[in-house]
Amino acid sequence: MEDKDKKIESLHLKLIPYFEKYGILLLLVLMILVMHILQPDVFLSWRNVTNVFKQISWQSMLALGVFMVIVTAGIDLSVGSIMMLSLMILAVVAKAGAPWFIVVLTPLIAGFLCGLFNGLGITLLRMPHPFIMTLGTLYIFRGAGNLISGGTPISGFTDEVRYLGHGRIDLQWLGLEKSQYLPVSLVLIAIVYIIFWIFLNKSKTGKWIYAIGGNPNAARASGINVNKILIIVYSLCGFLSGIGALILAGRTDSGYPNAGLQSELDAIAACIIGGASFFGGRGTVLGVFAGVMIMGILRNGLNLMDVSSFWQQVLIGSIIVLAVYIDVLRRDIGTRK
Amino acid sequence: MSSTSNPLLEAKGITKYFGTITALENVNLKVHAGECLGVVGDNGAGKSTLMKVLSGLYKPSAGSLFFQGKEETLESPRDSQNLGLEMVYQDLALAGNLPIGENIFLGREPTKNLGFLKLLDFNKIKELTNAHLDKLKINVKSADQKVEELSGGQRQAVAIARSTAFNAKVVIMDEPTAALAIKEVGKVLDLINSLKKTGVGVIVISHRMDDIFTVCDRVMALFQGTNFAESTLSNTSRDEVIGWIMGKK
Repeated sequence: MEDKDKKIESLHLKLIPYFEKYGILLLLVLMILVMHILQPDVFLSWRNVTNVFKQISWQSMLALGVFMVIVTAGIDLSVGSIMMLSLMILAVVAKAGAPWFIVVLTPLIAGFLCGLFNGLGITLLRMPHPFIMTLGTLYIFRGAGNLISGGTPISGFTDEVRYLGHGRIDLQWLGLEKSQYLPVSLVLIAIVYIIFWIFLNKSKTGKWIYAIGGNPNAARASGINVNKILIIVYSLCGFLSGIGALILAGRTDSGYPNAGLQSELDAIAACIIGGASFFGGRGTVLGVFAGVMIMGILRNGLNLMDVSSFWQQVLIGSIIVLAVYIDVLRRDIGTRK
Repeated sequence: MSSTSNPLLEAKGITKYFGTITALENVNLKVHAGECLGVVGDNGAGKSTLMKVLSGLYKPSAGSLFFQGKEETLESPRDSQNLGLEMVYQDLALAGNLPIGENIFLGREPTKNLGFLKLLDFNKIKELTNAHLDKLKINVKSADQKVEELSGGQRQAVAIARSTAFNAKVVIMDEPTAALAIKEVGKVLDLINSLKKTGVGVIVISHRMDDIFTVCDRVMALFQGTNFAESTLSNTSRDEVIGWIMGKK
């Protein structure tokens, strides 16, 4: 009897790492299969797949930024507002007639500076929790965005400015039809995610980000400048929100006051569904991508099936609770007490 | 163990005030290569403060530190680490979500260059970790195991391995067996003994007489922030040392 229990336990212990790494991809594949069975003609069509990627393009940037913050056991509630402020600055600069390469840089710089502001506030002002600082800047940045734009939408950007969010890579040279193009935003997602995967997994700073999430005291005792790393993390999170703003500018051709409203919650949800732990130190870039995809496919699939958006809210909320419950179980089994 | 040679680390007249409170007054301490010094004392006797002065976390209000005969001023824990003075904290200061090897090299990771990129050299981390664990005769399944999957004793062993991975000359351990199951205590004490054999000076702060009398060569007692008593192990007894802790000679 005891032997049997031991065998089961050791089997669990062997499976956990794989489950932790690839379980979420399994869920993603399962969802794709189910959607394909339910909507065999439409779901996996070129048009719909590229649509999904275009829809998740800017969310995927916010989610990646928030993910890094969550790895440090922090939170950034202001990413939606950072994106909106960056978008508004872009719109104002574009309307002022600045050349396109300056317009393209403005949201990136604005986003970075907003993130830097968060990081400095959290560390220098010794906020008891990043929740408070970023809750404050959630209001501050959105208010500032409305102040500089007058609270009205600003539309009409040049093609160069819209390229990342709206551009198409023609694949006719591969013998494909004209409608079978590759969205530039999809290529951008791939490049950004690969860069951040390398950064988080292969660089010293990336390793220290995980160490801070695992045990900030251990990081400090190892001579790591924890505050400096946190400032870098929040700045990068802001920078990614800035990229999100640039993509959104391309997609919508407009800066508008409600841009990114509540998208910080979508970003957090994607991280949590993707296996990041609120306790910090846990989660993968691949998992975040899967989390973003799952939310995107869920919305897209439910739209295709004409399910009311109210049901979409209920379903996404349920998935979050379920995903976190799995996280709790994983901690119970995976950690010795 | 020869007390005639120069001590590896010597503290002279260490005094530390916190506002109006005197935590340490004129405390002396020395440890030789290959020797283990036990530091005992009741709660509030000044043990932790003394160790934090030695590790560079606190600056003493008065007194001086000599390392291998040379006077040193420690501005931060980095300074003491650079000298070869390492601290094993009671809470171990390990990141549970990282593997053993990455914990041992945390903050001092070996890297390799890939074009203009400086990337972590995981093979080297693994290689150095295995060699180091072998040297200390620490048994774990794999250097890739996460620290949170280890038992308390194994974690303590990793913390000690971490402190000695960079040619430490003196290792200071704060209550190394306090959180351990009884069967694991012996393994950690064995580890301290093998450290001594490699010529490392060890300072052990402990409440457990068993620990002191198993690994230490000399024991000193602090009482209300002052040197109260000191003796080689062979010239004292458990009852006497327990008396010192309570302030009786």
